[in-house]
Amino acid sequence: MVEQLVFNGDQAIAYSWKQINPDVVASYPITPQTIIVENFSEFVANGEVDTEYVCAESEHSAMSLCIGASAAGARVATATASAGLAFMWEVLYIASAMRLPIVMTVANRALSGPINIHCDHSDAMGARDAGWIQMFGENVQEAYDDSLMSFRIAENMKVRLPVMNCIDGFIVTHALEKFIPLEDSAVKKYVGDFKAVRPLLDMINPTTYGPFTFTDYYFEHKYQLVEAMKEAMPVIKDTLKEFGHMTGRHYDVVEGYRTEDADYVVMAIGSTAGTLKYVVDQMRLEGHKVGSIKVRLFRPFPFEEIAKILEGKKAVAVMDRAISMGSTGPMFPEVRSALYESKHRPAMHNYIYGLGGRDVRPEELMGVFKQLINGTAQTVNFMGVRV
Amino acid sequence: VTTTLKELAKGEEKFTEGHRLCAGCAEPILARQILMAAKHPIVVGNATGCFEVSTTIYPYTSWNVPWIHSAFENVAPTITGVESAYVSLKRQGKIKEDIRFIAFGGDGATYDIGFQALSGAIERGHHFMYVCMNNEAYMNTGIQRSGATGRGAQTTTCPAGSCVPGKKEFPKDMTRIVIAHDIPYAAQASPHNWKDLIEKSQKGFDANGPAFLNVIAPCPRGWRYDPSQTVEMARLAVETCMWPLYEYENGTYRMTGESKRIAEGKKDRRPIIDWLKAQGRFSHLMKPQWASVVEEIQQNSDKKWNDLLKLCEM
Repeated sequence: MVEQLVFNGDQAIAYSWKQINPDVVASYPITPQTIIVENFSEFVANGEVDTEYVCAESEHSAMSLCIGASAAGARVATATASAGLAFMWEVLYIASAMRLPIVMTVANRALSGPINIHCDHSDAMGARDAGWIQMFGENVQEAYDDSLMSFRIAENMKVRLPVMNCIDGFIVTHALEKFIPLEDSAVKKYVGDFKAVRPLLDMINPTTYGPFTFTDYYFEHKYQLVEAMKEAMPVIKDTLKEFGHMTGRHYDVVEGYRTEDADYVVMAIGSTAGTLKYVVDQMRLEGHKVGSIKVRLFRPFPFEEIAKILEGKKAVAVMDRAISMGSTGPMFPEVRSALYESKHRPAMHNYIYGLGGRDVRPEELMGVFKQLINGTAQTVNFMGVRV
Repeated sequence: VTTTLKELAKGEEKFTEGHRLCAGCAEPILARQILMAAKHPIVVGNATGCFEVSTTIYPYTSWNVPWIHSAFENVAPTITGVESAYVSLKRQGKIKEDIRFIAFGGDGATYDIGFQALSGAIERGHHFMYVCMNNEAYMNTGIQRSGATGRGAQTTTCPAGSCVPGKKEFPKDMTRIVIAHDIPYAAQASPHNWKDLIEKSQKGFDANGPAFLNVIAPCPRGWRYDPSQTVEMARLAVETCMWPLYEYENGTYRMTGESKRIAEGKKDRRPIIDWLKAQGRFSHLMKPQWASVVEEIQQNSDKKWNDLLKLCEM
């Protein structure tokens, strides 16, 4: 019988790694991720894992160690947040270009400046073009489940891309919640033995990793990533489906909540998607035809799946917990673009919210719905900012 | 450690023909000498730089051994990531053979942009040998100054002008900085003395932990001398005491090669002016206007040499 545990999100991630038993973990501590590597280093100290655990002197080196270890033929996990992810930026692209199935938890936190340790998605959104698959979990259970699935997705032979398993800083990383883990033996069976592809440590078949490519090959190498991302979408969907059969916890790349007959839909990434469900229920009690969407997968972006849900709605609000200065939130143009070919396009609105961990209250989200309903929403809106 | 050319010639060629390094480049010379010293299978890491771009132009490679390049500043964590995987897989019984790990980086990758990453890797005690191919500037990008560039040298970012005589500062003493990590083995070497370099490489591969070799790598393009003179230029660096040959092994400093003979009074020490006048990068220093700079360089060299003699208890 599987026991229900009460962990915070970071502890749940560390617990998943203990069960997965990666060959190498290389990391650098940064709030709000630190509990993951603290917990994991205890497992190492007590001999509960076989992992070679490396405390790097920076995130740039941590990811570089992960690249070396993964190319060598090891199963590799790491974690970071905010400035740490930004510091890794250069080498993130190298990890994906080498097709290394590294799994990294990102505890989403605002970028400096000014310095701030609380949740927003500017870190992960800054890394969206790096060739990594990006999944966002809503709560502790999803943090754990996504962590397990990330290894399956990254290591799938059709994919072989690194995966970011993103969870909201403090809101998920530090909040205690009940969750149901898999048995150790079930996890072991689920992730299986790691299959290295042309590992550096194969001394019989020496491989050159990271050669210099000129104008004659660079474009083709990048196009291979385009194809890998295309291949990844059905693999991710199958992985989620299979996980649902195994656990009874059914997930999808995009999850609509009471959207079928809804006229007005608000969509978000991460923990806010949970708050939105509560708000939808409250507003339904008042007779409003509203629904919400959780976007679990940001890269590859589920254009068709989103368009399918949103087509024919009266108005949609895309909640972005990040902003591209001089433009809009990062998810807004993608959702709007997803609907361009639709015959029944809803009115589209963007809400920038929760930057630097600004609390997201249900009544504020109700306000967003009300603005959609009474037609007072602007194209780009800033929820809760003092101007 | 004993080495004969006969024995060395029997070894497999780990780094082969087909690379596109310049005529007269010291890097393939010193790399082949170092790789000859490897008695175990090796994995090579390479920082971005001349040696990387010229030996692996896709779809070709000059490498007969596993080789990885990631970025400019991270060859130490990249190769020690490979080493960490090896340690883990070996502990789990998934790898049987003994493998050694080596990183090549230029002086820019070592003294400047990769300094922190190298320091971290040494502090963590990974079992790898780091080789700095020191040509005293960013040669791959067209001769810009680095923390290893000598006082008075002109580069494209510290040109000699009517008011400024090239680089204003002396280089940082990277070998001594690395030694301050209490590293098991560190040495300065030169490709003109192949025996000394190979023996030091063997010690580095056998060290019980990290090892560091700082190898002078004359560059005809950046130093402005005839490509036929590379090995002579390396010899001159040692004979003028600009680049003393020494090693640091388990806490003890020891002078080696020509430097040892100079220290023992068995060989003459040549004046620094011989070094300066042999290279176009110092040609402006021959003007009377900059005579004091030449004097400064000699004085600094004297001081560094005397410090080293004390450390070697000579």
